[in-house]
Amino acid sequence: MKKVYLDNVSTTRLTVEVRQAMLPYFDENFGNPSCVHEWGDIAKEGIESARNQVAQLIGGTAEEIIFTGSGTESNNFAIKGLALAHQKKGKHIIISAIEHFSVLHSAKTLGKWGFDVSLVPVDKYGLVDPEDVRRRIRKDTILVSIMHANSEVGTIEPIEHISQITKESEVILHTDAIATAGTIPVNVQKLGVDALSLASNQFYGPKGAGALWLRQGVRINPLIDGGVQEDGRRAGTENVPAIIGSGKAAELAYDSMTTRIEHLVNLRDRLLSEIPSTIDHVVITGHPKHRLPGNASFCIEFIEGEAMLMLLNSKGIAITSGSACTSRALKASHVLIAMSIPHAIAQGSLLFGFGIDNSSEDVDYVLEVLPPIVEKLRQMSPLYSKFLKRGK
Amino acid sequence: MAIYSERVMEHFMNPRNVGEIENPDGIGEVGNPICGDMMTFYIKVKDNRLDDVKFKTFGCGAAIAVSSMASEMAKGKTLDEVMKITPELVADELDGLPKQKLHCSNLGAQALHKAIENYRENHKKGKDNDRE
Ligand code: FES
Repeated sequence: MKKVYLDNVSTTRLTVEVRQAMLPYFDENFGNPSCVHEWGDIAKEGIESARNQVAQLIGGTAEEIIFTGSGTESNNFAIKGLALAHQKKGKHIIISAIEHFSVLHSAKTLGKWGFDVSLVPVDKYGLVDPEDVRRRIRKDTILVSIMHANSEVGTIEPIEHISQITKESEVILHTDAIATAGTIPVNVQKLGVDALSLASNQFYGPKGAGALWLRQGVRINPLIDGGVQEDGRRAGTENVPAIIGSGKAAELAYDSMTTRIEHLVNLRDRLLSEIPSTIDHVVITGHPKHRLPGNASFCIEFIEGEAMLMLLNSKGIAITSGSACTSRALKASHVLIAMSIPHAIAQGSLLFGFGIDNSSEDVDYVLEVLPPIVEKLRQMSPLYSKFLKRGK
Repeated sequence: MAIYSERVMEHFMNPRNVGEIENPDGIGEVGNPICGDMMTFYIKVKDNRLDDVKFKTFGCGAAIAVSSMASEMAKGKTLDEVMKITPELVADELDGLPKQKLHCSNLGAQALHKAIENYRENHKKGKDNDRE
């Protein structure tokens, strides 16, 4: 059976070059980078060159990169670590309503620790209005965290504008750039942020390798205490092969970004235009213009996402959905709900995430397979028969 | 999908008794308050037995498999027998459901029972009319 992986939102496939770069660090160069002998030196040199590669990807300096174990850890570190380090100034933080759970739940934890958290809403495209951030800034605000892009609906947020506001008010700005770093141009100076999270498995690097870029001079509280790894900000023996891989993946992403984007945009735009023209009652979710190059997200009305996913999977297509039924909590995606998409429609969420390995034939295959699946489920749907009888 | 048993997958891929019945003797419609899904059962009754059962479902793979299984279990049974079909029995027949999907099995049994209650109500009215 044909197999088409279109879930590059969840994770991407390691490239051959990245794997090649990692391999020696599993055995030959197995040393602990903290050690003062040849084995230690080799590992240390490896992670320092990876640090340069990751710094280059986002326009920062190597000293500003702190390697972590995942994007989730980077976000936890930024939210909790920055809040704890600056709580003398105040205990108020601001995040958007569509942040990833690693930010949302970190903020919730801060709430339990006595911090006050304000949520910034989004419009129907998932866009944050910078003025909404401004309106929420108070004397005791110490941190604003707005994601660079939302992977579920693809919307890219106006971080450059938000950073003008946070600079004026001297509030630290963190951005979760896990969906963008390594995918679209990300430059910390241009964005004007103070902290930025990224994860290598989002750009064809290994899992277990994230990083937090923290502007020189910004204080942070470590969350993991122990040795002096990562300048005393993140203790624990480094996951050397993963770090090496993230460096190589960053270098490749930096060098081939324009061609990758072009490739992804072509595939994305075909799907964005052809799904609504082949299937009735489809809503495109996310922003029409400010959109991640590989993201095509929809809500298919009258049917539910998990059922679609299962039927697509039976045809060899892997995608994901924000339907309540696919989430363990049985709640519709907080992102779709924040965008004021009605629950019944949010249930039909489908998310296609293109990657560099996908081709135009993959789009053809989706367009061949999806319409009969939708038809089959609609034939079973009481909402659809009601609609046919009386309209919406 | 590894989270589901083979029987769930089989019923999901080839659901039995999908559709509506024209002029049904009873209709049972239930909504799922947890995830917002919906199930409608249509029944035809003959000699106190379910002569025909059809359903429509808006919901996850488990919800569709549950409707299909519940419809199969109910067909041909007496009304009282159908009233004894519980969510647990439906889930058992499907070789179990993942924990977070057990609520979907409530829907199947509920919708069936509601259809029978609906039939009994209609039927009672019918009898009253006969007497006049
Ligand atoms: S119908 Fe929503 S989880 Fe089963």
